[in-house]
Amino acid sequence: MPDFTIITDHWESYLLGLRNTVLASLLALVGSFVLGTLIAVFRIAPWRLTQFVGAAYVEVFRNIPLLLVVYGFYLGLPAFGIPLNGFVSGTLGLMVYTSAFIAEAIRAGIMAVPQGQTEAARSSGLTYAQTMRLIILPQAIKIVIPPITNQFLNLVKNSSVLGVVAGLDLMYYGDIVNLETYNTTDTYFFVALLYLLLTLPLAYASRVLERRLARSG
Amino acid sequence: MDFGKAYTSDNLQFLMEGFLYTLKLAAVSILLSFIFGVLIGTLRYARIPVLSPALGWLVEIIRNLPLLLIIFFIRFALPELGIRFSLFGSAVFALTLFETAMIAEVVRSGLRSVDKGLVEAARSSGLSAFRTLRHIVLPIGLKRMVPPLVSQFISLLKDTSLMVIISLPELTHNANIVMGQHIEIVFPTLLLVAGLYFAVNYALSLVARRLESRQS
Repeated sequence: MPDFTIITDHWESYLLGLRNTVLASLLALVGSFVLGTLIAVFRIAPWRLTQFVGAAYVEVFRNIPLLLVVYGFYLGLPAFGIPLNGFVSGTLGLMVYTSAFIAEAIRAGIMAVPQGQTEAARSSGLTYAQTMRLIILPQAIKIVIPPITNQFLNLVKNSSVLGVVAGLDLMYYGDIVNLETYNTTDTYFFVALLYLLLTLPLAYASRVLERRLARSG
Repeated sequence: MDFGKAYTSDNLQFLMEGFLYTLKLAAVSILLSFIFGVLIGTLRYARIPVLSPALGWLVEIIRNLPLLLIIFFIRFALPELGIRFSLFGSAVFALTLFETAMIAEVVRSGLRSVDKGLVEAARSSGLSAFRTLRHIVLPIGLKRMVPPLVSQFISLLKDTSLMVIISLPELTHNANIVMGQHIEIVFPTLLLVAGLYFAVNYALSLVARRLESRQS
């Protein structure tokens, strides 16, 4: 049996860590959604230059470790005289990294909207930007919700990377508690439980949403 | 920024050693998690009473924990319970455990995507459930799984960088040491290291894309 006095004695630390994990994940989700939408539009826009920029962005950030992106903010920017703390650089790293995956999900969603709709909108006089904003994106969003839920799940798990750069998240506070209890097994057992509290409902939601979308076709 | 100071032959050699270590760790873990992943995914697909649901829960819990937590737990908590691994052993164990759960899920949904009609046809022409699985469902399903499997392998390779928390001498760890020399060489080192990870992963993703286009 795990030692429950650990969680009753240190609940404030656990809660603070949990709050920061949720906060970092939410901030990164909103940021990566905005950035990801922009990159997706870049990739499908009818201009070579934006297509190239979008594709390069996605390929680069999908193929390098998240930790390196975080290091870019945490260790790289101070070299240019811009010091950032662990929480901020961790959250920015998560945002940039995840936006590449979200861009791909959104691009797939946009491609799933029939081409004829773009043609119809364009020939009734809408500009390219209007067509995207008013016709294509609202439909694409619906298709994109399940994969984005999944990305949010990944975000929560990946936010543990903040622990590596002293980012005040659940992993970091787990370490703080561990230094006081000297009981690594039980301390991290509760850390694991708290992560599951966040991720299992998200996993369930993403499955339900996927099934619902599959049914509505 | 000082590229000259960063890319000295000593630093480059040290980073190369880390890179090779990363590749070794990834290769061993990919092999093991592929074997266990196919096994567990197939067992889950087979719907064996008690065993399949139990594995299902196990996979679900492991998949939904941060890998960093699993690495930390295996390296620092298991010894408290009297279970000890070498440094490399704990890294392989952590990666294999986590990625096996991810791959098992890929395998299971790949198998389930195989047309039911094929299974029924095989069964009604007298093949046993096991032979149907071996000769019909697995070959068709595995071919379809190639793209998600490769992207899982890419994830694994990227995730080896998390081993910095247990001071395994892989690429990111060695890069950390190099970057500690001087602030001027932080950025050039990060660029080089990112380039190395990118080269391997991009090559892998190109292979996956080629396999995918050959299928369709």
